Amino acid sequence: MINLTVDGIEVKLPEGSTVMQACESVNAEIPIFCFHERLSIAGNCRMCLVEIAGSPKPIASCAFPIAEGMEVITTSKKVKDAREGVMEFLLINHPLDCPICDQGGECDLQDQALYYGRGMSRYSEDKRAVDDKPFGPLIKTAMTRCIHCTRCVRFMDEVAGVHELGAIGRGEDMEIISVAESGLGGELSGNIIDLCPVGALTSAPYAFTARPWELKHTNSIDVLDAIGSSIRIDSKDEKVMRILPRLNEEVNEEWLGDKSRFACDGLANQRLDSPYRKNSKGKLEKCNWDEAFDTIFKKITKFKNNEIAALAIGNSCIESMVTLKDLMSGLNVSNLDSRSELSSLPIKASERCGWLFNPKISGIEKFDSLTIIGSNPRYEAPILESRIRKAWLNSDMSIGRIGGDCMLSYPLIELGSKTSIFDDLLNNSHSYNKVLEASSRPGFIIGEGVINRKDGYGIIGKIRKIAEKYNAFNEEWNGLGFLHTSAGTVGALEVGFVPGNKGKNTTEIINSAHKGKIKFVWLLNTDDCDLDAFSNSFIVYQGHHGDKAAEIADVILPGRAYTEKEATYVNTEGRVQRTQQAVQSPGDSKEDWKIVRAFSSILGKPLPYNNISELRNRIEKINPYLTVENYVINGCLSNIGDPDLKISNHDINPLDINYYMTCPISRFSETMAKCSMQSKKNGKKN
Amino acid sequence: MSIRRPAPDLIQPKTFKFSTINLIQIEKILKKYPHDKKSSAVLPLLDLAQRQNDNWLPLAAIKIVANTLEMPMVKVLEVSTFYNMYNLSPVGKNLLQVCTTTPCWLRGSDEIYEACKEKLGIDFGGTTKDKDFTLIEVECLGACSNAPIVQINDDYYEDLDEISITSIIDKLKKNIQPQTGPQSERTGSEPLNTKRR
Ligand code: SF4
Ligand code: FES
Ligand code: FES
Repeated sequence: MINLTVDGIEVKLPEGSTVMQACESVNAEIPIFCFHERLSIAGNCRMCLVEIAGSPKPIASCAFPIAEGMEVITTSKKVKDAREGVMEFLLINHPLDCPICDQGGECDLQDQALYYGRGMSRYSEDKRAVDDKPFGPLIKTAMTRCIHCTRCVRFMDEVAGVHELGAIGRGEDMEIISVAESGLGGELSGNIIDLCPVGALTSAPYAFTARPWELKHTNSIDVLDAIGSSIRIDSKDEKVMRILPRLNEEVNEEWLGDKSRFACDGLANQRLDSPYRKNSKGKLEKCNWDEAFDTIFKKITKFKNNEIAALAIGNSCIESMVTLKDLMSGLNVSNLDSRSELSSLPIKASERCGWLFNPKISGIEKFDSLTIIGSNPRYEAPILESRIRKAWLNSDMSIGRIGGDCMLSYPLIELGSKTSIFDDLLNNSHSYNKVLEASSRPGFIIGEGVINRKDGYGIIGKIRKIAEKYNAFNEEWNGLGFLHTSAGTVGALEVGFVPGNKGKNTTEIINSAHKGKIKFVWLLNTDDCDLDAFSNSFIVYQGHHGDKAAEIADVILPGRAYTEKEATYVNTEGRVQRTQQAVQSPGDSKEDWKIVRAFSSILGKPLPYNNISELRNRIEKINPYLTVENYVINGCLSNIGDPDLKISNHDINPLDINYYMTCPISRFSETMAKCSMQSKKNGKKN
Repeated sequence: MSIRRPAPDLIQPKTFKFSTINLIQIEKILKKYPHDKKSSAVLPLLDLAQRQNDNWLPLAAIKIVANTLEMPMVKVLEVSTFYNMYNLSPVGKNLLQVCTTTPCWLRGSDEIYEACKEKLGIDFGGTTKDKDFTLIEVECLGACSNAPIVQINDDYYEDLDEISITSIIDKLKKNIQPQTGPQSERTGSEPLNTKRR
């Protein structure tokens, strides 16, 4: 511990702390530009100058270590002059074009010039100008405004692991450039917009659409991947203008994937704003709710319970799934499922460690070895990818990969994609055994490349055996992490939206539908499955976008998107989180659970909840924690998978997904379409 | 000082390959640094590449250095655009680097500059038609006590005046190696008039 004083107040801090940390500990305000907690220290903006008694020159507090007996002064005339001086130099080449700059109103330079700058400029000479750079469809550049803090460069290098940005030249000629010809790579590039303290990097899709003070902020949760990042939805006139990340150390720290940030324009396209039903000519036609319900009623009562099925494969909230499940059990229908075809996920709550990301997202930092099996975290969950990179940077974790060939942001031990490796590892006959042996907290990421295969159950069993062998599956340490791609999966399993007694699972439902044995199917937000199977069935589609399934539906029930409802989701690690309503939903669409509840009355079997709190009481009965926000559900150990099952020799391959288009919202986003074109140009693997 | 950017695409060679001698040299250089800190060797490698390539660094060479050291290309580009000693476009056989920073300026760098300009018919940043001379302006060369200074390729010429710089250029034109170091009666940076007293 080191003793020092800041403005006369005594401070005690551990060795190695910086002067800035000392100042922060007594709330002495220090203006900064280049410093960022999660990036390395650059010390190049000089805005954080403070005085140290006895030293003739002021020092940059962000980069200066504390020493015993130091007297730091932050309020003297010298400090004030130093800040004014630095600010004056920063503004020499800054265009001062705030009225036409999108950063205006939330600009560090603007704010600090006001608080720490001189009132007037003394500079009347020529200013320099810098060419704008091609940073791709997401980021608009105005490089003349750049103050060379290098936060963007450091973020891309350190957090994203994409080495494309650099600062070339020196002094007045310094410029930030990108060596990628058609826009920045990686799935996290949007974060440099937040990091840029000035208006040099701003959001391209949001350009000139709103000023920060016109926006309504709503704290919510992202549902475009299974991570459930904390977000802030900024809306204006009932339109989502932009989405920003919110600090959440446990989940997304302060980053956000590009899809989650920029797909919001898809919320305004192709929306289902009224119920539809097929007319006699087989064409979908707008109708009112009563007519839609009436059509469904006439059909559903005609079929036997084993001819009816309901699927919720996608981003459904648990409220809607519980209501639909209750409706179906009222009809004695047990053909329910929320898992994709061929899924090997268990369905019993006692086996929930077979569907959770057991070590937790923040637990990745505890790994000392990691094996990625049938997953591609970069496209499936960029936030998780950045966590792995962070863990790798801060330790000497070795990372092995089974299946997949896409470039990730850390070096990999390639273990091929043969399924025989599991037996080799169990028999100690693989060179990778040494790596596992040397590690005391091994982690395993199991992706849908393993989960969604016929023999997935067998592979999962073997992985469990391997984990048991290396102490990664016991009361103290459970290193098996199941990584899903859709925000609804874990919630669905938690509320038991799975086949009931003698009920069919997704694969069986689809097979029977092909044979004409499923005559009625209720698709809740389900667009990604073999829809052709249902060409002869009566299809009710409940969702918010006119996507694949809506096209072939017989009745469409317009629901709400995640920005339009207060709804509960459970992320891949089992964290219960709630979205908040930021804007009104378009037209006649209704909250999903209310739609099902309303239909249950038509059916003459009204579900026993009339408002959201009664529904939550019902959910509480399933699992009391599902109504506790931010609670993380833990799974106790159970013998998941079956290690003795014969496994085929089909190679293990992660899902082949286009990161930018994975759900109805992102598929209808123009920004995502542009990104996906750009990434094709850049070559997908890089 | 001129802006330091890579040369236009038109004059960039497509490829660059280190010579065998240089490859051996690189191995020696790399041995000086810990195996996982290879990037420490970036400055000497860029220098080697530049010497092999008529005293200038094309992008192709920057890429090769990056690959050799397992560094991202942009990081090597940053380094090469930072230091003046790397020439990013072709230069003449003799690169005249005239120091114009305050001590040299006080000691008459303006006259040196004028003399070079007159003699070679080129201004700062220019190269003579026969590609024998390139004239550039540099910041302090760190030898102020013998100001004014001109560095020609690897050699310093100190205590210059109009006459001495003209005769140096003349000799270079005739391919004669001029005497390097101080052009006055001193041999180092001892005070000029001590001997006389
Ligand atoms: S573009 Fe922005 S973040 Fe990047 S160096 Fe310039 S001011 Fe900093
Ligand atoms: S914040 Fe300390 S130098 Fe930039
Ligand atoms: S000023 Fe010319 S060498 Fe220092």
